[in-house]
Amino acid sequence: MKYPKSGRFGEFGGKYIPETLVPAVQELEENYLKFKNDKRFKKELDYYLKQYAGRPTPLYFAKNLTEKIGGAKIYLKREDLLHGGAHKINNTLGQALLAKKMNKKRIIAETGAGQHGVATAMACAALGMKAEVYMGYKDTIRQKLNVFRMNMLGSKVHPVKSGSKTLKDAINEAIRDWITNVENTYYLLGSAVGPHPYPVMVRDFQSVIGNEIKSQMKKLHNKTPDSVIACVGGGSNAIGTFYPLVDTNAEIIGVEAAGKGLKSGFHSATLSAGSKGVLHGMMTYLLQDKEGQITETHSISAGLDYPGVGPEHSYLKDQKRVKYHSATDTEVIDAFLLLTRTEGIIPALESAHAIAEAVKVARKHKQSESIVVTLSGRGDKDVEEVQNYLNKHVKD
Amino acid sequence: MSRIKEKFAELDAKNEKALISYIMAGFPNENATLSAVKGLVKGGADIIELGFPFSDPLADGPVIQNASTLSLEKGTKIGKFFELVKKIRKITDTPLVLMTYTNILYNKGYSKFISEAKKAGIDGFILPDMSIEESKEYLNAAKGKTDTIFLISPNTSKERIRKISDASSGFLYLVAVYGTTGVKTGIKNYTLKAIKEVKKQTKGKVPVGVGFGVSTPADVKKYVSVGADAVIVGSAFLKLIEKTPQNKIEQKISAFTKSLKTQTRL
Repeated sequence: MKYPKSGRFGEFGGKYIPETLVPAVQELEENYLKFKNDKRFKKELDYYLKQYAGRPTPLYFAKNLTEKIGGAKIYLKREDLLHGGAHKINNTLGQALLAKKMNKKRIIAETGAGQHGVATAMACAALGMKAEVYMGYKDTIRQKLNVFRMNMLGSKVHPVKSGSKTLKDAINEAIRDWITNVENTYYLLGSAVGPHPYPVMVRDFQSVIGNEIKSQMKKLHNKTPDSVIACVGGGSNAIGTFYPLVDTNAEIIGVEAAGKGLKSGFHSATLSAGSKGVLHGMMTYLLQDKEGQITETHSISAGLDYPGVGPEHSYLKDQKRVKYHSATDTEVIDAFLLLTRTEGIIPALESAHAIAEAVKVARKHKQSESIVVTLSGRGDKDVEEVQNYLNKHVKD
Repeated sequence: MSRIKEKFAELDAKNEKALISYIMAGFPNENATLSAVKGLVKGGADIIELGFPFSDPLADGPVIQNASTLSLEKGTKIGKFFELVKKIRKITDTPLVLMTYTNILYNKGYSKFISEAKKAGIDGFILPDMSIEESKEYLNAAKGKTDTIFLISPNTSKERIRKISDASSGFLYLVAVYGTTGVKTGIKNYTLKAIKEVKKQTKGKVPVGVGFGVSTPADVKKYVSVGADAVIVGSAFLKLIEKTPQNKIEQKISAFTKSLKTQTRL
């Protein structure tokens, strides 16, 4: 859906927000609509994406992996090579630039593992601004280094001790801050979630991924990819990958975190196992109990550890345009090691979900076909986590 | 006529304004809630808001957040909550308003939830994350059954104030300050201005209640003096419940309610 004026993708999305935020969200929408087609804004953003973040990213043919699997050709969209090590910078540069145009002096953001927080801190540093980042207390312990990184970049980190002390509580707290300081504050949301216009705005800023895939595949094979695969937590790298390709014939697959298994209760597979509800300003699929209380999530990758999902994904699922599958922690570790060994590329655990699916899909498809996997981030941040997992699970 | 409407008419005749009190159901347990309700009634609260806990109360400050978490940990469930409302209905005819978040109603279905709540004795709803744009289904479900109380903020435009007041019944909830519930910032000039503006735009069609950060008799007096039809006190009651032994809750709450209520008599 190009630009849903109603703020809805089918029945999903909307603006379920406290009244205090209504003028701020309206102001954001007006400014976004004004600047998104503004030549100077686009030129400035392009400049930063190219010279600062390192776009375009390569579409790398994973020859060794392809040969090892023995099916369709696997290509990797290398968002892991971006400045900061993940796709997050595409969105933070766009929104930070917008905030600057809107004359907002104060930037706030939420972060889970810290990737979006770091990308926000970088974009703000580059544009001469300062950010305050809300981060679940548990995550500040698990990802100490990212807290330090944000501090060095000139941003302040607020540990959030309410609720489950993770990403969803960091979003709650960022929204509370926004309600309190609505007059001078810009909320720089990190995923394609939240009230309209965030889901569509974040999608647009991330669509550079899918647009590049399209033109790169055209150059290579003069066609669109047969399959595209990306991991889905809130779903920003996935929607950025999918959106430019939904009108093609490509098979599109989003991969959620099945954690310890969809039936275990320890997962974050919102679209595979959730039900419709309202959280963080949007109507979408959620992980919730029978009474509508949001349940705690689990994933080996902190970046997918969220009980909701972007409303456009909910729409694409119900339209049956995109298939949503999932990968368990064990499958993810296998995929992580496989890519590391065959290609010398260490993927983020989030992205390893997409690799796990790609291996399954490649086996089923002909050698003449091509699969593009968005490698949303690099895995340096996860090396310790993987080591711990292996020590615990593969003693022999 | 709804219980809430009747209440405002009755107060009007006596030249009084309404004292609206908020407590969280099941905080710190069901018996405490019942004792607190008895205290509120005895002290003269005109309307009682019962909070139903939600896992992610993003419009609430620390006091109500903690009360929500604790209430959920204690096992507060929708069915049990409606039983509690029925028990309260046996004690009092005071209008009861349910304050919770949209997902709790959405999950069960607006219509089903509202019907069951009405049957238990609930007279109205406050949903802080329900914006007027998303309210069509909710309004249809509540029509002729319960009042729908929407919130207005000091930064709400005149045009929007009129739109929101058209959709509101029972009363309008004016959020006094930029912020979450229970944060003490003192009385702001912009709040006093907002009260006058909202009164002007609504032209007396629906009473205007002021809440968020209201905690003392002096606050109540000030807001009433500039034209508020009702004053809403929440976190201050929860703080009092939290520090009072169970057998003293009724008495303490009653005394505090009385001190607030006195200020609503002109």
